[in-house]
Amino acid sequence: MSVAMLVFIACGVIAVLGAIGLILAREPVHSALSLVLVMVALAVLYLLLGAAFIAAIQILVYAGAIMVLFVFVIMLLNAGVEVRTNLSRMARWLGIPLAIVFLVEMAYSLVHEYGQRAAAAGAVAGPVAASTHDLSVKLFTEFVLPFELTSILILIAILGALVLAKKEA
Amino acid sequence: MVPISYYIILSAVLFGLGVIGFVFKRNIITIFMSIELMLNAVNLAFVAFSREFNQLDGLVFVFFVIVVAAAEAAVGLAIIMVIARNRKSLNVEDVNLLKF
Amino acid sequence: MDFVTQHPVLVVSIIKIAIALFVIMTALAYLTWFERKVVARIQSRWGPYWVGPHGLLQPLADGIKFLFKEDIVPPTADKVTYLLAPFLALALALTTLALIPIGPASIQVLGQATQLVISHSPVGLILLFAISSMGVYGVALAGWSSNSKYPLLGGLRSSAQMISYEVSLTLSVVGVLLLAGSFDFYDIVGHQAGHWVHFFPRWEIIPQFLGFICYLTAAIAETNRVPFDLPEAETELVAGFHTEYSSFKFAMFFMAEYANMITVSCLATLLFLGGWLSPFPPPEAGSAWHWQLYLPAAGLIIGGIALIIGGLRSVQWNAKAVFPVLGIVCIGVGYLCTWASVMPVIQGPFWFLGKVFLLLFFYVWARGTLPRFRYDQLMAFGWKFLLPLSLINLVATGLVVVLRMRS
Repeated sequence: MSVAMLVFIACGVIAVLGAIGLILAREPVHSALSLVLVMVALAVLYLLLGAAFIAAIQILVYAGAIMVLFVFVIMLLNAGVEVRTNLSRMARWLGIPLAIVFLVEMAYSLVHEYGQRAAAAGAVAGPVAASTHDLSVKLFTEFVLPFELTSILILIAILGALVLAKKEA
Repeated sequence: MVPISYYIILSAVLFGLGVIGFVFKRNIITIFMSIELMLNAVNLAFVAFSREFNQLDGLVFVFFVIVVAAAEAAVGLAIIMVIARNRKSLNVEDVNLLKF
Repeated sequence: MDFVTQHPVLVVSIIKIAIALFVIMTALAYLTWFERKVVARIQSRWGPYWVGPHGLLQPLADGIKFLFKEDIVPPTADKVTYLLAPFLALALALTTLALIPIGPASIQVLGQATQLVISHSPVGLILLFAISSMGVYGVALAGWSSNSKYPLLGGLRSSAQMISYEVSLTLSVVGVLLLAGSFDFYDIVGHQAGHWVHFFPRWEIIPQFLGFICYLTAAIAETNRVPFDLPEAETELVAGFHTEYSSFKFAMFFMAEYANMITVSCLATLLFLGGWLSPFPPPEAGSAWHWQLYLPAAGLIIGGIALIIGGLRSVQWNAKAVFPVLGIVCIGVGYLCTWASVMPVIQGPFWFLGKVFLLLFFYVWARGTLPRFRYDQLMAFGWKFLLPLSLINLVATGLVVVLRMRS
């Protein structure tokens, strides 16, 4: 059991628990905090996959700015406690077992397919970390049009949010 | 070394939980957060595949998904605030003026 | 011992973390003492004087007081978030200190060569900003979970201030990144090695002076210090987001604020003041005696002598007893710094800690002298003045880099 496997299992379990916490929580603030936990666990998984820059961007932008916006809006709108309803009988007796069957079947086929691929190709030589330099070269040469378009998109989003959220004078 | 299929399975599980949250929850902010969870699951799949095939295009796409999610969250939350102000409730089932 | 030989990196990391935690906690406690003394002297009074010689045991007394106070939890507070917020604030503030290197040398611990940093990451700078940007949660959740008007208002104000100044903070640093070309702290400090005209050190403060000013202002606002501390000042809004917190949880917020202050000062020295590099030009090749290698030892010995003389001349009986002993310990440590095995290693940390100390003194000095901003003035200043200034700095630096690349 290598360290990488241990870290993967730990972060995977934390991410799934966070997602279940998002669904089962009664207060929206607790759901938001569970989602932040999922994002931090995913950032650690990105680090494990060698994408250090993307992990830092995930925490900086997603967990540190977008979720703060969510938490602010929840606090400002004073979102109350969620009303809990029971699952319908169809969902409970048919839905959940079928979902589990589907998941097991998909997992089996994935492991079967990619396991064979890895065995055929031989062991991959060590972790290859994606350097920030290469990533930014690609971003500014091959993907420069989407990059500029997203900057315009953010400008539109700022203006739209300002106009929408303004109170009627 | 963790096989890539494990990452894909984790991504699928997270995506499925996001869909469950999206379908079954009533509070509109929680529904929005389930959408963000789905986007995160997809990001994980992108990064895993980018590592598997040793290409950086996956990481560039993750960058764009994060940026677009930021813009979408800003506008979406502004819309939610306007709805909450007009309908006085954050329950999705209360936004029903167009129902006959 | 088998575990030690099988996992050397893990064991060395644990040792480094233990040492760093101990040093940081002591530094936090004595930073509060230092602040109270300096602010008091600015205000023509003595500050802590009676608890131990010259108030040196005051932090210990404060700590014991915090531990023994009654721990009140508001009955309508949201239990989970109420308990989580101070832990989150302190944990994030302390985690950022794991990324900061204090010296270039690599020393041998338990037979394993290791650098003077807990975690050396190639994207250290942006990871540090990412972790410190999560500090907003501690404040916002503390304000909300107290279920009371004043904490909620104070928490929302404080977190809005923090996220506003965070933009200027990160933008003012990008100028340094453009010139240095890497996120790694070792590369950034390495870029600042050498001297212009054999005299001026190549620290980034000289080409990036505007960036340094923007960074320092944004950092003071980010850590909620005077003159930007309206959301948590004692005379405004009761006490802001930590009104309803008592005893140990309040102490954790307090410690988190000082830890943030230390982190931001360390970052400023690494990025703008040359980190662990000495300001003196290295001696020319051929001269056998490098006089600047003896500076740490000389500084400590002079400090020890000053402590002995000050202690013997002092009026307090406990100062007369304790300070000469401390002075002798100082001289002993100074002599230790002249040993051949210690001397090259101690150079980097000596200069680094000296510069951090100067920046912390500046922080405390600002607290003692400047009046507070009103909240709307604060937000207008952040968005309408500091952000355009950081952007101008960024564009100008970008222009210079591109022109230099073309020529």
